[in-house]
Amino acid sequence: MTSAPDATPAAPAAAAGGPPLLRISDLSVHFGPVHAVNQVSLDVAAGPFGLGLIGESGSGKTTIGRAVLRLVRSSGGSITFAGQDVGSLRGAALQAYRRDAQIVFQNPDNSLDPRMRIGGTIAEALNAHRIVSRGDIPGRVAELLTEAGLDPTFAERYPHQLSGGQRQRVAIARALSVQPKLLVLDEPTSALDVRTQAHMLKLIARLRAERELSYLLITHNFGVVSELCEQTAVLYLGKVAEIGATDVLLSSPAHPYTVALRSAVPEVDVAARRSRIVLSGDAPDAANPPSGCVFHPRCPLAVDRCRTDVPQLREVTPARQVACHRAADVLAGVALSTHHRSRTAETASSAPDLG
Amino acid sequence: MTELPPAPAGPSGRLAITSLDISFGPRKVVSIDELRLDHAEIVGIAGESGSGKSMTTLAILGLARTVGATVSGSIVFDGKELTALSQDDLREIRGRRIAAIFQSPSTAFSPVYKVGTIVTKALRLHGATKSEAADRAAEAMRQVLLAPDLLRRYPSQLSGGQLQRVAIALALALRAEILLADEPTSALDVTIQAEVLDLLRDLRETTGMSILFISHDLAVVAELCDRVAVMRNGVIVEQGPASQVLSSPADPYTSELLDSVPKLATTK
Amino acid sequence: MTESAVAQPPAVVPAGSPGGRVSRRQVAWRALKANPLLAVGGTLVLLIVLVAIFAPLIAPYPADAGAATHPFSVLTAPSSAHLFGTDQVGRDILSRVLYGARVSPVIAIIVLAIACAIGVPLGVAAGFLGGWLDEAIMRVTDVFLAFPPLLLALALAAVLPASLTSLTIAIAAVWWPWYVRLIRGQAASVAGRPYVEACRALGVSRLRIIFRHILPNSITPLLVQVSLDVGGVILTASALSFLGLGAQDPVPDWGLMIAEGQSYFTPDWWLVTFPGLAILVTAFAFNLLGDGLRDLLDPKRSLIS
Repeated sequence: MTSAPDATPAAPAAAAGGPPLLRISDLSVHFGPVHAVNQVSLDVAAGPFGLGLIGESGSGKTTIGRAVLRLVRSSGGSITFAGQDVGSLRGAALQAYRRDAQIVFQNPDNSLDPRMRIGGTIAEALNAHRIVSRGDIPGRVAELLTEAGLDPTFAERYPHQLSGGQRQRVAIARALSVQPKLLVLDEPTSALDVRTQAHMLKLIARLRAERELSYLLITHNFGVVSELCEQTAVLYLGKVAEIGATDVLLSSPAHPYTVALRSAVPEVDVAARRSRIVLSGDAPDAANPPSGCVFHPRCPLAVDRCRTDVPQLREVTPARQVACHRAADVLAGVALSTHHRSRTAETASSAPDLG
Repeated sequence: MTELPPAPAGPSGRLAITSLDISFGPRKVVSIDELRLDHAEIVGIAGESGSGKSMTTLAILGLARTVGATVSGSIVFDGKELTALSQDDLREIRGRRIAAIFQSPSTAFSPVYKVGTIVTKALRLHGATKSEAADRAAEAMRQVLLAPDLLRRYPSQLSGGQLQRVAIALALALRAEILLADEPTSALDVTIQAEVLDLLRDLRETTGMSILFISHDLAVVAELCDRVAVMRNGVIVEQGPASQVLSSPADPYTSELLDSVPKLATTK
Repeated sequence: MTESAVAQPPAVVPAGSPGGRVSRRQVAWRALKANPLLAVGGTLVLLIVLVAIFAPLIAPYPADAGAATHPFSVLTAPSSAHLFGTDQVGRDILSRVLYGARVSPVIAIIVLAIACAIGVPLGVAAGFLGGWLDEAIMRVTDVFLAFPPLLLALALAAVLPASLTSLTIAIAAVWWPWYVRLIRGQAASVAGRPYVEACRALGVSRLRIIFRHILPNSITPLLVQVSLDVGGVILTASALSFLGLGAQDPVPDWGLMIAEGQSYFTPDWWLVTFPGLAILVTAFAFNLLGDGLRDLLDPKRSLIS
């Protein structure tokens, strides 16, 4: 597996101005034979800023979030926060890092101890870092709950007395109680009802503005990154397929996987629907990844080179990087496949539009 | 090869729900005036949790009482009043003529059996011989674009998408006329979801199966369903052709739901 | 993806109480009403405790619980003078059964307390900390579990001087491995839950995680198991006493009474039956108590929340 001869691997796309708050460099996370994350490089700028991680299951997006929080051990590469190497933090320094970076998990049902009252759960976070003195804890808990859009009296309740959306708000309040600069949001809205999702997105946007937060937003939903993230990275089988400004990435994707993914998203609006690009084959086995480009067995544009050469992340336009040998073709609007399904009223399918 | 007992002559896959009330004690959770499912039609029930959509599914299957609910009203399937049938009679219909798939396909398959065992058992329960069951199962697997030898695997060895397709294959093998699908794709990746939706559309074309598709995802409902009923707190607030209801909703709740879906910046 | 449909919490404020907070007494009363198992079990256990404490006052023939013998009234059937009859040396069985409440249940409680004191910390350490510590603890536990329990207890009781203390130690030595295994499984399961991972991400200390999260969420099966084991320990003690290890005559141990009385069973059934009933009631009482406590501690089922 040689790298493409004409590649100039650029530094990960940095946001305008200032060093990134979080720099992930060539991160790899292996679970035994499974390469969940394979040499991923990402930057998250200082707040307010949002980086979206889009991918399906097996893409490694969740693992990246956990690695940032030191919940899983990385097998290679580095994670740097505000200039400090996260991987080597110990003791008091690690504890201090836990104030700076926090996470909100996907499933609100299980992220709160069912035997503890809400107030206790949040107080525990405050106590772990002695954020406020003992006497001030109830007051601070009330403030945090209010900030998250919950009635302060909820502090007396148990998790099972709250709805899923309310529990997710509690999880956010808890994460924010330690006043982090960086927040990892792991599928924050996937387990919620439609209207609750909308409220959650508004909440995140508000908190971001009020607290100048930076976040790494892990999701499979393009609409969510569109609303909340300046930059987005698309992941496939532990590698970054492409990364760039969200609106540009969504309107003119440069990687075939992104195109296929976009085309598979169902749309209410008939006009927004695209002919679906059907990916051939099954989802890949993470323990036995394909040679060359990991996407090549299913890629409608694969050529011989894709089987042998691992594509490096290359800048195709300023602040946009793609890991694909045929990125230029994709951007130029080359027809992706005759294997597509039209989802509009007409059954006959013409050349698929890439949007 | 002898067929399973054929469905009675006449239009099949027609379900008519009228004045259906489902209650838990004094608390009424569903109150549907009218809901119809015609032959080869895909009708969506869209709503949030607590809207009563899942309870409606259970009532159609005759399982509402087993969870402690009282059911009144009428559910007519192929001329028969389902609410008045005994459990024995319901068992003839349940699974065989009205099949169901749910959000978590792993809950449909006991982890200690190979999926093929469960499929063939179900077929034999409804009257097939051993060889018929094996043949039907294989045929159905091919219809859902899965290799028949995947039947030899245990549920843990199959992905969520594959399991869901096996569940659909089971409904097919039983020659079900109606498929109740309760959030069947919510737990699946987007690309797999798209494949399952394509599959359901194809099945409707080739077998005339009717599908009642329950989902909280309005986009999926918009793409798949001919008609849609929007439920809120147990009541249908609006129903009609999907393209119409979801593009120009009459009810403010429907509008609210549609507005809640995050829009891509490019389509704003 | 179902959200819970709960919109309102169950009202904590009962009608008629001033202000918002419920008094402790009201809470306790409502807890009892909502948990009949707890009420009945607790009452029975309380009764047994009271009998044990006040035995000297309740028993008609207190001396019979000790070394007294009455050669002229051996093996008399239950009558108004001796409600439970007399045994083979003429002692009043009722009195001995009542005094027995000071022996058998106490042994059981001490044994189980020791087993928990050893089993719970080891189980939590193995389940939560994992790694080599888990391996080490579980292998040692496996060794103990490999012995047939009664034989092991026998062997220990045989080398120790025959007494109630030895009996207690012998049974406790046999019992603790089961609790290690039980707690380890629970602790490992809880340790993997998202809310524990959230605590780690928040920087909550491991000690606090163990005491505030792992233990409370692991303890329930142990409670049930302990309550079931009360009867089991009493029976094990009686088996050992039967073999002459542990309790010795004239200690009014129920198991010993059964052991000594069983050869008289036909036709003098009362020697065995009443101590047997006592064991039955005690085991039953603790079972109910255990079930009630389990329900009480489950915030989803209890009215306390």
